[in-house]
Amino acid sequence: MHPALQGLITIIVGVGGCIGYFYVSNIFLDKVLFPAKGPHAGRNINRANLVRPWLFLFPAIFALGLYLAYPVVATLWLSLTDRSAGGVFVGLANYSQMISEPKFWEAIRNNMLWLIVVPAASTAFGLLAAQLTDRIAWGNIAKSLIFMPMAISFVGASVIFKLVYDTRPANQDQIGVLNAVWLAFDGGAPSFIFLRLVPALILLAFAAFMAYGIYLALRPLIWGEASHGGGSWWTVPLRGVVALGGAWLLWLSLKSIFSVLTVTLPYGEPQTWLTITFWNSFFLMVVLIWIQTGFAMVILSAALRGIPEETIEAAIIDGANPFDIFFKIKVPQIMSTIVVVWTTITLVVLKVFDIVYAMTNGQWETQVLANYMFDKLFRANDWGVGSASAIVIMLLVSPILIWNVYNARKEMR
Amino acid sequence: MSSIAGSKSGLSWAVHISVIALVLLWLFPTVGLFVSSFRTADQISSSGWWDSMFKQEQNLVLRTAAPSTQKQEDGLYVIQGNIFTENDVSTDGVISRWGTSSRAISDYAPGDTADMGKDGRITLQANGDYRLVNDAEFTGSRGERIFATAKTPPVFTLNNYRTVLFSGSTTDSMAKAFFNTLTVTIPATVIPILIAAFAAYALAWMRFPGRALLIALVVALLVVPLQLALIPLLRLHLAIGIGKGYLGVWLAHTGFGLPLAIYLLRNYMVGLPRDIIENAKVDGATDFQIFTKIVLPLSFPALASFAIFQFLWTWNDLLVAKVFLIDATGETTVMTNQIVELLGTRGGNWEILATAAFVSIAVPLVVFFAMQRYLVRGLLAGSVK
Repeated sequence: MHPALQGLITIIVGVGGCIGYFYVSNIFLDKVLFPAKGPHAGRNINRANLVRPWLFLFPAIFALGLYLAYPVVATLWLSLTDRSAGGVFVGLANYSQMISEPKFWEAIRNNMLWLIVVPAASTAFGLLAAQLTDRIAWGNIAKSLIFMPMAISFVGASVIFKLVYDTRPANQDQIGVLNAVWLAFDGGAPSFIFLRLVPALILLAFAAFMAYGIYLALRPLIWGEASHGGGSWWTVPLRGVVALGGAWLLWLSLKSIFSVLTVTLPYGEPQTWLTITFWNSFFLMVVLIWIQTGFAMVILSAALRGIPEETIEAAIIDGANPFDIFFKIKVPQIMSTIVVVWTTITLVVLKVFDIVYAMTNGQWETQVLANYMFDKLFRANDWGVGSASAIVIMLLVSPILIWNVYNARKEMR
Repeated sequence: MSSIAGSKSGLSWAVHISVIALVLLWLFPTVGLFVSSFRTADQISSSGWWDSMFKQEQNLVLRTAAPSTQKQEDGLYVIQGNIFTENDVSTDGVISRWGTSSRAISDYAPGDTADMGKDGRITLQANGDYRLVNDAEFTGSRGERIFATAKTPPVFTLNNYRTVLFSGSTTDSMAKAFFNTLTVTIPATVIPILIAAFAAYALAWMRFPGRALLIALVVALLVVPLQLALIPLLRLHLAIGIGKGYLGVWLAHTGFGLPLAIYLLRNYMVGLPRDIIENAKVDGATDFQIFTKIVLPLSFPALASFAIFQFLWTWNDLLVAKVFLIDATGETTVMTNQIVELLGTRGGNWEILATAAFVSIAVPLVVFFAMQRYLVRGLLAGSVK
């Protein structure tokens, strides 16, 4: 019971210490430093009120500074030094060592895939679940069941999905659901429909969506609307980048359609899902999508409830069908919430570590940045490269950071 | 969907069915682990958990009673009994084939007699009753091995939980890790709330220069990946003598939890009615009194939401514990870490893995279902404004 006792004492000391600090420092301020009596009472009250906020803030600022702000600077410095040489400044040597490692590029590539797939899929599933459960009587029960994985740790979820992906030799009964389902396909008509036609159609829909996105991004540039349409000059490169990214995804999805239709599938053989390179990353992503969908659903469902009824009623009177109402009336009105959900999940994805660590530990080309970094830090003991990769994560996060701060400030005005 | 004007939409059935499908899809993996944690190792490895509700055919390795139970009848030495009850297998099994060697496990039908040479002759019935007869005395300490193919009804056992919670085995036991996790979690949840509450009050209701800047800073720190903090802070902890241990992990969790705590609490406190606070000020209450007597009790929902967040996050955390807590001795291991180690050492032993994972999942799930309202409220306050 020793650590538990220690924990109890820490709670008492910590909580007592905090309360004591706030109480005593306030008393000190009011009674000793600037007493509200005597000849300078008025001036003293003002002075005390100037100091007091900082008394309230001091522990928080101290902890934030020490545990979050200082490490950013320190990590930046560490990434520029060499630990084995006693911490001398080595410039960008760690970074150049890092970019020469194929494992790093594998991590970057996988992270990009994660960044595209997980937020998109979680938000889409979340929106679907939110919309479907919105008007049904037992919607709240359904929601709390879909939301449940939020409470499960990444490690617990990894164990859950390892069981789903489990593989037994061909002559034994499969105990993993995925292999059991897979072995039910034998290459006949149902296999063609579910394993080729349906994925191809989904990919086709995605490709069409991408093409539309590229069109939307480029339209103002082509027709010269940007110059007099209220857009500023800096949107031009942004639109270019978006269009390029979209074109890349379009190309990928078209290529995938072709391969889905032509690839020979090994029917009847149990697969070790986590060792199939490239696709195993998707099997890992499923875990995170499974967890994050509930989050997206809860927030989007609240946003859907917040849509003014009149707009929907007006649409119904004008003869809109349910799909029109959803895509043309509801989705545009909750667009800002969708963006918030998307960015929040993006942040989770950038830091994803436990899932990869527990399920594959980066083997079979599933490495991601956070696990790469952990590997460098605590297995290779290379603090320089580890810090450099942490800085890369920070750089990927920073656009969201700036955007968040910008929004928060806009709101406060 | 759009049943506003009282007209029942034709899509209503489709909606119900898709929601059911979605919920089942989302529950299926967890239920699989849950069911598996109540099955024996043999059952788990011989059939999928979805079959566990039905009678199933299994290959069993069973052992007759030990030679010490033999009796003498008419000059013969006899051991008899029921092979199922003696091996803790469900008593309702039906044997279809059996054998006496691992190379020929289906040589005999129920009721046949197998001659095992000097080890005697054994007759096994379909219901598991057996009679082992020998001319000479049985020797040795263990019974004969029997290989049987039997249809057994579903059996669930609590043995896995016994092993994982109470066995005291150093590799499988979660008991110590459970208490360690609890030791990490509670202080790491309580301490940041207090610090954050004071700071949030100052940021919400006190006027001072630099307030807007501080709020922006908190928003910025909200998204700083904690990966950045690992090495510098570990170095700091080692340098000032905290080292790896509970104190370090409490401090780390406090630091990492603060931005969200301050952000959530400030957003909530700003929304409190201005009148109450200004009236109190007019009546001569100090800021300290306003905070402890008015703001803190009114902010209970926000405090609860953050407490749940922080609890779930610290309970489920692996990275921070691995870096700041768990040293080479492994004495202070937490459950997530224990499970990852089990995945390495006992990757195929699903009965242990599933049970261990479920032990670690159970507490958050209880908290989740009991306090879901506050969790949802916190999520909404944290991301939608």
